[in-house]
Amino acid sequence: MEYSPPPFFKTGPTPLVRLLIFAVLSLAFLVADVRFSYLETLRQVAAVVVYPLQRIAAAPAGIARRIGDFFTTHGSLREENARLKQENFENAALLLQLKALQAENRQLRELLAARERLAIELVAVEVLYAARDPFSRKLVIDRGSQQGVHPGQPVVDDRGLVGQVTRAYPWLAEVTLVSDKGQFVPVQNVRNGLRAVLSGTGGDGALELRFIPLNADFESGDELVTSGIDGVYPPGLPVAKVASIERSADQIFARVTCTPLAGVANYAQLLVVSGSRELPPRPVDEKKQARGKKPRKG
Amino acid sequence: MADTRIEPQEILLPVKAGFIALTLISALMLNLLPWSGAWLWIKPDFVALVVLYWCIEQPRKVGFISAWTMGLFMDVADGTLFGQHALAYSILAYAGIVLHRRVRMFSGTPQVAHVLVLLLLNDLIILAIRLAAGADFPGLQYFIGTFVAAALWLPLGTLLKLPQRPRLDPDQI
Repeated sequence: MEYSPPPFFKTGPTPLVRLLIFAVLSLAFLVADVRFSYLETLRQVAAVVVYPLQRIAAAPAGIARRIGDFFTTHGSLREENARLKQENFENAALLLQLKALQAENRQLRELLAARERLAIELVAVEVLYAARDPFSRKLVIDRGSQQGVHPGQPVVDDRGLVGQVTRAYPWLAEVTLVSDKGQFVPVQNVRNGLRAVLSGTGGDGALELRFIPLNADFESGDELVTSGIDGVYPPGLPVAKVASIERSADQIFARVTCTPLAGVANYAQLLVVSGSRELPPRPVDEKKQARGKKPRKG
Repeated sequence: MADTRIEPQEILLPVKAGFIALTLISALMLNLLPWSGAWLWIKPDFVALVVLYWCIEQPRKVGFISAWTMGLFMDVADGTLFGQHALAYSILAYAGIVLHRRVRMFSGTPQVAHVLVLLLLNDLIILAIRLAAGADFPGLQYFIGTFVAAALWLPLGTLLKLPQRPRLDPDQI
């Protein structure tokens, strides 16, 4: 084709026309995705096509890690083993206590006829890679809807909340980190039970409490756990620690900066929390109902 | 005085479609490697680079359809807005196809300068889409990868032309 004579008369549409066709198509996709979340099926199809490439691309890092594991020294292994034994010993005592407390809690709840607290189930997943998009904070994990990972499930590591599954493909899923700009987590202060909404800032190690009055009782060092009133996150997962508070009289709200407890930036293995809670039905939105009944003006 | 900028063009073997597909898939794989931290900023967009290369070198073989499809794959793999990379790569392909004769007239640094401008245009389109969708500007380090990509342009050209170089015939020496 390189040396064939150029087709003088049959060249098809000009590049500009073709550009317009493809640009309009892309824009239509963008609008459909941003505004209406159509095209999820098309996305799933494309995801299945890209899946083998994603796995192959992520393989070298996994192999390198395994080789690194193989060459750990005898000394460091012994040290780690001793530390783990010690931890295990300490945890065993706590676990015994926990079991007793759980039994007692169940009994008391039965006495009060209160509902059972949710027993959470955990699915271990491995992080394939951090998505390359510089505008958001996302991870891609190696389990998807085929293994029971669904959008909306919280993701934790051994220290606290990491994020939330926002999109599930057949064998992969995307996790949006708590530090993502659009990610909100309802939290509660452990010290005094104050509720607030924690939001990401887009930076790696910084979260922010929104709309905190100047006189609210937050101190640096306070631990924040999920409050569970949203019905998405189970209550009591550690999320963040208050790092600093700025209160200035010329602003309505205090500026509360927090650092995430979980290793949001460094990752290898994570846990997806599953198990749905039965929530009471949502209150009917009176405004919406009224609007539905009223005939439109004009 | 002869114009020294214009170099005699080499006579190369025709490129195989399979090879083009292979390079595009390899570029996608390079983009999907688990880059993190500072590497993420330095990392060039290999797919944009390879798409632009083929649009300039083989505008009659690689064009909008391949660029747009690669864009969709990138969107899915990165979890970005569906159509963002597709739009940017389509415009990149257009620029490459329209300017391919001009860019091929140059060699060395002037050619890299052309490519740098086109790749920056690609970045700006993605940036514009994300800002319109409500994201924050990630900082000037966002553009570092593009400069790295421009620096890779000449080595990439040499590499991708290798299969097209005619083998030396021992009888003619």
